[in-house]
Formats: sequence, structure tokens, C-alpha cells
Amino acid sequence: MLQLDRVVLAQDGFRLTADWAAAPGCRVAVIGPSGAGKSSLLAAIAGFFPPVSGAVRWNGTDIGGLAPGARPLSVLFQDQNLFPHLTVAQNLGLGLRPDLRLSGTEAMRVDAAIERVGLAGLGQRKPGELSGGQAGRAALARALLRARPMLLLDEPFAALGPALKAEMLALVAEVAGDSGALVLMVTHDPADAKAFAEAVVLVADGVAAAPVQTEHLFANPPPALRGYLGPAGQI
Amino acid sequence: MASRARPLNLGPLVLAAVLLALVAGPLVTVAARAGQFVMVPQDWAAVRFTLMQASLSALISVGLAVPVARALARRRFAGRQALITLMGAPFLLPAMVAVLGLLAVFGRSGVMNDLLAEMGLPTVSIYGLHGVLLAHVFLNLPLAVRIILQGWQSIPAERFRLAASLGFGPSEVARHLERPMLWAVLPGAGLVIFVICLTSFAVVLTLGGGPAATTVELAIYQAVRFDFDLGRAAMLALVQLGLCAVAAGLVFGLARQVGFGAGLDRSLVIAGPGGWRRWADGAAITAAALFLLVPLGAVVLRGVPGLAEVPDVVFTAALRSVLVAIVSAAMTVSVALVLADAVARRARGFGFLEAAAVLPLATSGLVLGTGLFLIVQPVVSPLSVALPVTVLVNTALALPYVYRLVLPDAQTVVGDYGRLSDSLGLQGWPRWRWVVLPRLARPVGFGAGVAAALSIGDLGVITLFAGGDQGTLPLVVQQLTGAYRMQAAAGAALLLVGLSFGLFWLCDWGGRRASA
Repeated sequence: MLQLDRVVLAQDGFRLTADWAAAPGCRVAVIGPSGAGKSSLLAAIAGFFPPVSGAVRWNGTDIGGLAPGARPLSVLFQDQNLFPHLTVAQNLGLGLRPDLRLSGTEAMRVDAAIERVGLAGLGQRKPGELSGGQAGRAALARALLRARPMLLLDEPFAALGPALKAEMLALVAEVAGDSGALVLMVTHDPADAKAFAEAVVLVADGVAAAPVQTEHLFANPPPALRGYLGPAGQI
Repeated sequence: MASRARPLNLGPLVLAAVLLALVAGPLVTVAARAGQFVMVPQDWAAVRFTLMQASLSALISVGLAVPVARALARRRFAGRQALITLMGAPFLLPAMVAVLGLLAVFGRSGVMNDLLAEMGLPTVSIYGLHGVLLAHVFLNLPLAVRIILQGWQSIPAERFRLAASLGFGPSEVARHLERPMLWAVLPGAGLVIFVICLTSFAVVLTLGGGPAATTVELAIYQAVRFDFDLGRAAMLALVQLGLCAVAAGLVFGLARQVGFGAGLDRSLVIAGPGGWRRWADGAAITAAALFLLVPLGAVVLRGVPGLAEVPDVVFTAALRSVLVAIVSAAMTVSVALVLADAVARRARGFGFLEAAAVLPLATSGLVLGTGLFLIVQPVVSPLSVALPVTVLVNTALALPYVYRLVLPDAQTVVGDYGRLSDSLGLQGWPRWRWVVLPRLARPVGFGAGVAAALSIGDLGVITLFAGGDQGTLPLVVQQLTGAYRMQAAAGAALLLVGLSFGLFWLCDWGGRRASA
């Protein structure tokens, strides 16, 4: 259970509050106008943006004092999810052991993860030789290996086409389903939210609202969501 | 309350404190010894000449370097990489040897005056301000080219591809990509050369001198060696410290950052513009290559016959010099990396770390040497600590350059991969092993090469400490020259050049190989 206990984020005139909880295994979309603070919310949970007050808890434990790598979560950023000078296999290996001293079993797990996301045979490639979709798969494979109970996605697939993106979201659902991970996914596309998420967090006007069931939210959009979706979204 | 503060890392802080003590100790000693502070007119003339020659040297070097670096950045031709490596040579040359090379070309009986005389034109003299400027540009133009070229290469190829796809002409590329980079890189490059020339010693000793062309550094040397007036030397050292401190303060204040974002390490070849720019680039490269390589060729031509005549003492001195250079380079690079990484991560106290890294810029070899001499003399024989002291001073003096070479890339690593590293829990040695060192291999290799070459060619502090058979190779070259054993001196000088260049090449090559 992720709990944001009266969390307040502030920096240079930007301010965002969040006070809610999300259940393990749930798939949550984070939507809202650009600049509202969707990425900042994820950064705060991941440990890159210390809140000015409030607490981030996982299963009742305050994780605010933990370094990003020690938190019970994996993150996929918008870009730079892979080190360009390391091979795909090494990038994945870092998810298991930061010193890359992999045991035989661990190396086999890396190979299995590479196969699992459909990159069999590409383990020795460098990221510059991968397509955008393949790079996304590699990053997801690393999250799979890390098997943390939360997976934060900061629009990592925004640059992909609709079919590829749908494929990636299906893979995310699979990866998260394997470990029962809670997924928080920032997106600016309501279609992603409808297709993928059971619940939606609306970030607008300085507030990250509590998650609301997806169908319910889009059936009865609050004013802030209506403003974001525009006339097309109301048809 | 969830707030993770800046990382607190004791290692870099302790390192910076040791460095501070190493630099500040001699300065305090010098200041205590300075006695009466009286500037006579000839001291003021030295200050004026110092500032004038350093400013002009920096402006000319950087001004000439921009077209050369641009041409090297956007053209591909056979031997390009070899030329870039060779262009580094004059900066790595021990200054005395460089001066000998320039004399062979531009000196009284040099190649150029022979040509002028044959054409019935008046000959020119290399001595005085213009000779000092010639030598300083010769020694520093390659450094400027390398710094600016690295700036060009720090713009990811993807940006140039984007520019090409948007139909940018050369002037739009200059406006949107090149000029912002130059604005960030040029002031630093110019100031570094200004500071080098401020403390330049061998060049002014050989080509300057006399009331019209004496620098403060040379005046310190004369006070120590000819007058043995340590009080006056200390007073002049304080003046030199003031000049360098102001310049170093400017360097410190001018640190700017360029953010071109991350590339994907794709290797793209972007064709440079055609037309007259093609010819201009060719002319810039040819002129620079001739200016830099002809004097080097002269050093080789005069040195080869002398190699047969070098005495055995040259080889033991060479071994000593190589050891000093390797230890200095390893220490310089380690300290520079640790400090640059901590500053790039904005660890606690990063302002102090940065100040410690560039503080040696505010000193000079003779200032530090005089101070250390005053410190150790009452305790041990200066002779017995000549080599450790040389290593320490060489490390301190090379550190600001290597630090500044490494810092921009260290900042890029933190900017591009800091969050990714943190999110994977990469810290300590694994972070250095898998992220920092591979991403920084190129500037680290280059920095180690520069530190090694500066150290092996240094003829400053060793002259105050060494005597008898403790000399390094540059000192032996100087002694052979002083004894008018010119053939042997030329041979030893060639050996020195070979070692200096060989060490640099090994380090730079290692860095480029590791980053591939």
C-alpha cells in the first residue's frame, strides 16, 4: 500500500499537494495538463524531489529517508533509461547487482528476462543500436529483474506509435502482474489511461487528487478534467 | 519528514583540505618572510610587462584556435587523428626545448632569416615582446585548439543531424549550436592560457629579459639565484600571487555550463559546408600544422646526431623523470576526478572543493618552490626531498587544468545519468566502475597525458632543490646547455621530447580506447 500522507511539494512558485493511498497491484494513470506536476509527483515518490512536508509511506513505513535506489520501486524515465556505453545485458545486470558481479544463476535470469520481453539475441547490443521500442523493452526487462513492488512510468513510451505503445503497455501489465506491483503511469493521453489503468489520479490546480475508478472518472469528469480533455473529450 | 539532503562525502573534503594545506603553507611562509613591501619602478615595469604579454598571448592563441578547431571538427581527411595528436605536441614540449625549436626557425641564424636574407629583405629578431608572444602562442595554440575541439565534440552528433534536417546553413549552425558552445568555452580557454603565460618562466628567461621584457616570475628567479635576497624574492612572490589570484578568481567566476542534452552515442558523420569554407578550413589546418610542426622538426633534426653523445647521467635522469611524471599524473587525475565528481553532484561543501581545485592557479612554480624551500630547509636537506617535493608541486600545478578538463563531462554524466544511477542504487565503487570512469575515459586519458607531460618537462622547483646527481632530465638538459655541450644537450632534449610525447600519447590513447 502506497500512502501519500499530506505530501506538499514546492519549488519556485510551483506547489502540489497529495493526500491519498493506492493499493498494491493496482494500475494507476496519472493525468493532467502539462506543467501541473505529474512528473514531480513521481519524482517525489522515487526520491528525487524531497517534499517540504508530509510523508511517503510504503506498507506503513516512511521511505522518505531512503536513497532512490533503496526504495521499493523501479522507475522508467522519459528518456535515458539505459547507459549507452553498456550492452543491453549489462544494463539489465545492473538491476540485479550494481557491481555487475553476476553469479551464473543471475546471468541466466538476465538472459531469461531478455527473452521474456522479446529481445532474444540482442543482449550484446548497445542501446544506440536498438529501436525506441526495443529500448523500452530492455528498460522494462530490468524492472522485471528488480521485481520491486512499485513501478513508476514517467511517459517512457510517449515517443512510440499507437500500436507499439499498446504493445508496451500490455507488456507493462504483464511485468507488473507477475510481481503484483503497483504501477503509477504518467500519461497525457486519456486513451492510455482508459486502456491500461484501473484508476486515475488527476493532477491539476495544485492538487494531485485521490485515485478514482477510470470508467467512473471519464463518465463523470470533474471540471478540471473537462478543461483538460477539451470539447473532443466530452463527446 | 522526507527530505534527503545533498550527499555528504568526507573523502573529497579531506582531500581538498590536504590540498589547501599544501598550497597555502608555502604562501604563508613566503608572506612571513617578505619583510618590507617596497615596489621600485623596475618592479612596476615587470608587472606591466607580465600583464601585457599574458593578455596578448591569450587573445592571439584563442583567436587563432577557433578557425582551426572548427575546421578539425567538421572535416574528415586522412591523417586527421594523427594531426590532432601531433598538434598537442607543442603544449607538451618542455618550454626550453620549444624555445630551441623556435630559435632554429625564427632565430638570428634560423631558417626564416636565411630566407629573408636571400630575398634581400631585412632580417628580424626573435628577442623581446614579439619573441615571447611567438613562443607563448606556439606553446598554447594547440591547447586552445584541443579545448575548443572538445567543446565541438561535446555537441552530440544528433544536434548537427537535426540542424541538417532543418536545412540550417553554416550561419544558422553557428548561431544555434556553435556560438553558444564557444561562449561557454572561450573565456575559460583564454583565461587558462593567460594564467599559464603569467607564470611562464623558461620562455621569458630565454627570449625576454632586460628591463623592457622582464616578468615577475623572472624577477623572483633573479632575486633568488643572483642576489640570494630571499626577502625581496618573497615580496615579488606576493605580487605574483596577487596577479594570479585575480586571474584565478576570474577563471572561477567564469565557469559556465552548456546543456546540449544527451546523445545516443550514435556515430554520425555530418558533411561540413562546401564552397569557399572548404578552402578556408584547409588553409587554417595547413597553416596551423606548419607553424607547429616545423619547429618540432627542427628539434628532431638537431637532436638525432646528438643522441650518440649523451652521457650515462642522462639515462638515469630520464628514468627519474618518468617516475616523477607517472606518479604526478596518477595523483593529479585521481584528485581531479574525485573533486570534479563531488562538485558535479553538488555534494555538501562543493564550493570549497571547487576553490581547492583551482587554488593552485593562484600560485606559480617558483612561488610554491620558494615557500617549500623555506619550510624544509631548517628540517632536512632540500636535496634529500627533491623528488617528492617535485611530485607534489607538479601535482598541485597541473590539478586546475585537469580538473577543468574533467568537470564538464562529470557534470554531463550527473545530468544525464544521475537519476538513473540513483534509481538503480549505483554508488561507491560500482558507480565509478560502470558509469563514471567509462563515461569520462576520454577526458581522463587526456588529462593524465597533460599532467604527465607537464611534470616531465617541468624545470622550476627542481632547480631550487636538486644538486649533484638528483637531477631530472630537464635539469640535465639545462646543465649540458650551460656547459656548452650543445650536441649532447640536443640529444638529451630529443630524448626528453620523446618521453614527454610518448607518455602523453599512451594516456590519451588509453582514454580514447577505453571510451570506445
